[in-house]
Amino acid sequence: MADWIEIGRVEDIPKPGSRLVETGKGPIAVFRGTDDAIFALHNRCPHRGGPLSEGLVHGHKVTCPLHNWVIELENGEAVAPDVGCAAPVPVRVADGRIWIEIGMRLEVAHG
Amino acid sequence: MTTAKQKLVVVGNGMAGMRTVEELLKIAPDVYDITVFGAEPQVNYNRILLSSVLAGEKEMDDIVISPRSWYDENGITLFTGDPITAIDAEARTVTSESGRVSGYDALLLATGSNPLVPPIPGMNKQGVCTFRDIRDVETMIGAARDHRRAVVIGGGLLGLEAAWGLKRRGMSVAVVHLMPTLMERQLDVAAGQLLQRDLDRRGIAFFTDGQTEEITGETRVRSVRLADGREIPADLVVMAIGIRPNTTLAKAAGLDVNRGIVVADNMRTTDPRIYAVGECAEHRGQCFGLVAPLWDMAKVCAHHLAGGEEMLFTPPALSTRLKITGIDVFSAGALTAAGEEDDEITLQDAAQGTYKKLVLRDGRLVGAVLYGDVADGAWYFDLMRQGTDVADIRAGMIFGQAHAETGGKGSSGVSVAQMSDDTQICGCNGVSKGTICRAIAEKGLTTLDEVRAHTKASASCGQCSGLVRQILAASLGTDVVAEAEPAMCKCTDRTHDEVRRTILAQQIKSMPELMRTLGWKSADGCAKCRPALNYYLLCAWPGDYADDAQSRFVNERVHANIQKDGTYSVVPRMWGGLTSARELRAIADVVEKYAIPTVKVTGGQRIDLLGVKKEDLPGVWADLGQAGMVSGHAYAKGLRTVKTCVGSEWCRFGTRDSTGLGVRLEQMTWGAWTPHKFKMGVSGCPRNCAEASIKDFGVVCVDAGYDLLVGGNGGIELRGTDLLARVGSEDEVLEYCGAFMQLYREEARYLERTAPWINRVGIDHVKARVVTDEEGRRTLHRRFLYSQRFAQNDPWAERAAKGMAAHEFQPLRKVG
Repeated sequence: MADWIEIGRVEDIPKPGSRLVETGKGPIAVFRGTDDAIFALHNRCPHRGGPLSEGLVHGHKVTCPLHNWVIELENGEAVAPDVGCAAPVPVRVADGRIWIEIGMRLEVAHG
Repeated sequence: MTTAKQKLVVVGNGMAGMRTVEELLKIAPDVYDITVFGAEPQVNYNRILLSSVLAGEKEMDDIVISPRSWYDENGITLFTGDPITAIDAEARTVTSESGRVSGYDALLLATGSNPLVPPIPGMNKQGVCTFRDIRDVETMIGAARDHRRAVVIGGGLLGLEAAWGLKRRGMSVAVVHLMPTLMERQLDVAAGQLLQRDLDRRGIAFFTDGQTEEITGETRVRSVRLADGREIPADLVVMAIGIRPNTTLAKAAGLDVNRGIVVADNMRTTDPRIYAVGECAEHRGQCFGLVAPLWDMAKVCAHHLAGGEEMLFTPPALSTRLKITGIDVFSAGALTAAGEEDDEITLQDAAQGTYKKLVLRDGRLVGAVLYGDVADGAWYFDLMRQGTDVADIRAGMIFGQAHAETGGKGSSGVSVAQMSDDTQICGCNGVSKGTICRAIAEKGLTTLDEVRAHTKASASCGQCSGLVRQILAASLGTDVVAEAEPAMCKCTDRTHDEVRRTILAQQIKSMPELMRTLGWKSADGCAKCRPALNYYLLCAWPGDYADDAQSRFVNERVHANIQKDGTYSVVPRMWGGLTSARELRAIADVVEKYAIPTVKVTGGQRIDLLGVKKEDLPGVWADLGQAGMVSGHAYAKGLRTVKTCVGSEWCRFGTRDSTGLGVRLEQMTWGAWTPHKFKMGVSGCPRNCAEASIKDFGVVCVDAGYDLLVGGNGGIELRGTDLLARVGSEDEVLEYCGAFMQLYREEARYLERTAPWINRVGIDHVKARVVTDEEGRRTLHRRFLYSQRFAQNDPWAERAAKGMAAHEFQPLRKVG
């Protein structure tokens, strides 16, 4: 089982907005919604690899700054008509602190 | 009319029942007291569009057909969530689940159908649902939120729409289909395979020839096991293998029931006081699941309820389309030749992914299957319904109407002008071109919404909206239909102009308050509306509104231009294109110190430093600031640069000091936010070396004064400027420029450049406000200068020296 790593506090992230976490597994974007929900995705848009951490956050979605793809923060899936997925990273919040787990691999879709 | 009204009870609050009531109210509004019982808790909604709700393209509110107020306005008593459980045909009463008893003179059964549920072990597990009503859609949306893997059983129309909707909601989706190809009742093998290939490319997995044997799992579903031993993991299983007419009530009441409730041509059941319409009815051995015949039944039934005798139901020819965005399928009539006397014509273009097949019998078209290009669907369907002899056009008809009717010389694509008045445009509602044209002419309709309201064309599944719009355009004699100004985005029905008027009229000075006042549909807007609202508020209240960085695009938030690799470009301001040794030296030092890979001169006469890492931005700015340089705003929807030629100071042709004027203009306007980027140019003579005639605001110096040019654009759509005025002094140039910019700031929609704005409002309007109305011009100019008092702070200095927005430039944490 991979370890959970503490990366900061909820209020360190603009609301709504995101911050970047540099990791050995590449940069990870951590998002905060207006409802204080926290999400984490590998910081690569499935389209052309744009940095999602720089995008505009609205609801539980982020719009990529490069070509305006809209990505679901919950699961990293592009909102149709675009198709693609930014790998989601498991995230937990406890006592206002944010933890992520980056040891895991993305589950492979069937089919 | 008799004094006492008769009593009509309707069992079923769905599309067929309520359409019958609508038709009845149209022809005989005063004959009945109407009571409606519905099993679902909702009012009548458009069941066809549930797949659009599932796919996230529509909200529940969008698909309501009759709001509660409609029932009230028409004096209809409505009981929702209270199904009828018994009919006493002798006493002429019905009893509901909650115990309500209602007497009737006429009873209408519109109980619809139930999803077919096969006797497979495991059907009762958590996470198994059908795809029939709002509750099913809610179940699926919930599952998509909490789970990853979905299996849809059934590769027909409904199953595929369910699969696509779940895919769009982020699930990984597999479809199990009993037959070798998809939608085998509507598509031939070739089209079915194309469809499977396209859906496969969109990430849906298929298990054809797949017979489901068991749904496994403890309390919640874990997998779907097929008869051949294959097992597919699943957190959600959607059954979509077909429907069965809901006849329980009718059977218990002693009415004749086969597969459906047996009705005659007048929609009466075997009890003359009881009628049945919709999916629950069976007419001459046939049940219907598509909407077009249901509408016909509704009309016939209403006619007889109103006392008519003549109108009889004849099943219409049927055509099918699939509601999956980007996949176009059309099918009608025979799918393949039935015997030797039939002919098939096929056309396949693998590169374009299109396929067409026509089936002919006795010189007439009896079937059409179209994949990828369905533009001619309406025409083929029309030829089939009319039974037209197609011998003369047979050779070219596979290429479409335009080709067939012009012998191949016409342009491609069907013109609505070529369609006969009888051509059916809206299959769902059976509306012909003639009906639409008459409504447009008689009622003076000018928008798609009006046509939809008056004729119901494109009101059900909406796929014929494009055709209806074309007919409207042709009827109005224009190229395009003048659309009403569209809503800002999906978060609101308000237009840009309405929002701006509200901000001023109600003195709204914050975004949450604005969204609340205007009833925004989403909690915090989207990437389209938030930057626009932020701009509108800033423009309206420059001294009061607190700019919201989180509602700005990244470039305006971090004051640099994001590049394709996530680095940034930095462009320092060089007033009027002038620079100095000191500035150039500072730039050179910064380039070396931060190892900036590319240095380039821009089209606007500035120096662009490309490839700066985000965390280096404050350092780069600090060093440039030391040499007196500020942000060039090369990233902003705001004033960019003022490009100049050298002018009379050096040039032997120069008439005036264009460089000096450029510097003055830039010093007045830098830092201004505008609806879109704003570029200027000042040329010292008509040779126009600064290319002022393709700028948003250009000045060309001539002997007699200064020609002021506006609305130019050298981008995708080249547009030369319009001449605004000729003025005599530099001060006047500045006043006109400030007034023009302010008018643009206040009137253009967000992301509208000056060129399309002027095309929209007309140069005469701009001249009237800026040139003719002198007092108005001075007021606009004063408002511009007032706004500039708050805008002219160098964002780089604020971030480099004062540490503003430091979080932007540092990672939250570094791990490993």
